[in-house]
Amino acid sequence: MDKDAHERRNLNLKEFLIEKLLFFSATISILVVILIFIYLLSQGAPAFSEISIVEFLTGKNWQPTSVVKPEFGTVPLLYGTMLVTFIAMTISVPIGVMIAIYIGEVAHPIEKEILKPIIELLAGVPSVVYGFFALVTLATWIQQLTGTTSRLNALNGGVILAIMVIPTIVSLAEDAITSVPKEYREASTALGASKWETIRNVVLPSSAPGILAAILLGFGRAIGETMAVLMATGNAAIINLNILDSTRTITATIAIETPEVAFGSLHYHALFALAILLFVITFAFNYLASTVMKRLGRTRR
Amino acid sequence: MNPKLLKQRIYFQVFRIATASVIFFLFLMIWTFISNGIGVINWTFLTDVPREGMTAGGIFPAIVGTIYLTLGTIALALPVGVASAIYLVEYAREGRFVRIINSAITNLAGVPSIIHGLFGYGLFVIFLNFGTSILSGSLALFLLVLPVVISASREALLSVPKSFREGSLALGATKWQTIRHNVLPYASPGVLTGAILAVARAAGETAPIILTATFFYRPTIPNSPLDGTMALASHIYYMSTQHPNIAQVRPLVYGSVLVLLGIVLSLNFIAIIIRTRHRRRKKW
Repeated sequence: MDKDAHERRNLNLKEFLIEKLLFFSATISILVVILIFIYLLSQGAPAFSEISIVEFLTGKNWQPTSVVKPEFGTVPLLYGTMLVTFIAMTISVPIGVMIAIYIGEVAHPIEKEILKPIIELLAGVPSVVYGFFALVTLATWIQQLTGTTSRLNALNGGVILAIMVIPTIVSLAEDAITSVPKEYREASTALGASKWETIRNVVLPSSAPGILAAILLGFGRAIGETMAVLMATGNAAIINLNILDSTRTITATIAIETPEVAFGSLHYHALFALAILLFVITFAFNYLASTVMKRLGRTRR
Repeated sequence: MNPKLLKQRIYFQVFRIATASVIFFLFLMIWTFISNGIGVINWTFLTDVPREGMTAGGIFPAIVGTIYLTLGTIALALPVGVASAIYLVEYAREGRFVRIINSAITNLAGVPSIIHGLFGYGLFVIFLNFGTSILSGSLALFLLVLPVVISASREALLSVPKSFREGSLALGATKWQTIRHNVLPYASPGVLTGAILAVARAAGETAPIILTATFFYRPTIPNSPLDGTMALASHIYYMSTQHPNIAQVRPLVYGSVLVLLGIVLSLNFIAIIIRTRHRRRKKW
């Protein structure tokens, strides 16, 4: 009896330890998110002992290495980020939604089996590869089409970013479209609607929240993308309405300036402050997307 | 023809054209890389170090660096990711804790990669004094791919029917024995798919490693996790934007792109194949 009891106790202990170990692993994600946020805050906060938050958010010059008077105004970088993202979304939202409808509603099942992996491959291409393509090929096409003098520009960055965001929009929007119950479509067809009328009046309205979430996540992706815009836009930190001029995003600024900055300098802390700004913006878009999704789940039930 | 159907046909044609043009762009891009890059790829290019101010020779150190970085990443991400997924699916009860973890995973997945880079630079490279090294880079990439591994493993575990667990528990097996012998084996293709996708993602990421792990030029093969390295992704970036003679080295960059793309796309392809085959073979 003793031996049995002993074994059972050992077994229970093992089970207990394993559960605790698994629990600990599961908490790592939470710890990491908190750690990243706290670390960014702790390294970014010292910047505001010398730069006022108002100056940081409304200053029109980002000249951190100026010998005369370093300036840390983020407006040109925010503007660059928004400009490139806006161009990207203008292209990728309509195209992405059209592809999602095509794959979800129109394509033959075999066609669908081929198209979905291709869209996944599109998502699998590394951003530095897209960046290289924008740098050497796309920039030339755009220059030939428009005759612009600055070869690398906001439009170039926006177009390549659009291509990169399309898979995100397609796969999520397609999920939303296919999750519309079959009965909805059948009811519409039974009333004499054509396939397109059914898509237009039944499928799209009831998958709208999912499509909206897809678009919001696309926004988050586009704002946070680094390498492609870094290589495609020319990186001049100026506010310029012309999309054929060079522009510079928040992400590109961090990528360019971090390797050259002196540890602990004002500029170093300003880069972390910039990262906080980026973190907050992308977090807002992701949060909005997940709220929309959650609401969708609730109404569907 | 019925105007209603004509309208439908026009719309569907437009959607088809949109789909075709994006795919056309993808193939055109890949074709550009193949036609410009295939010429430089030969045995020397793959096995030699860069020579003559990086205008000749090969990319061997970059290939090795990418392999080391991705191995380091997956060695961290696979155990933590799978363990998290097991806890979430098999042990945790629906409630606040699970909701918090879920939102943490979603948030982590949404953090821009450059922030992983800056965070890794400040914390691992400087504060923990790991320096510009494979260790720092792997840690930064680990944080980046962790959500990928967790999500894929969780889905794989959820797809194993409840009856598999009940059968084992009814025979007197403990919870862990059940998971170990009756759940994990059936979830393994899904877990493997997730791991491969995570490796592909890590191999292609550039922004985090240029701040934590890589050098423009470091021809020696790293022999410790604390060594810095070259890597394919960063090599493409440096060579196309920072080399003093950009035009001269352009063919070499095409070659490097082709090698990186070959690795990343074949990993993605393998993952897709494993998944479809598993889905087809699944009998429950």
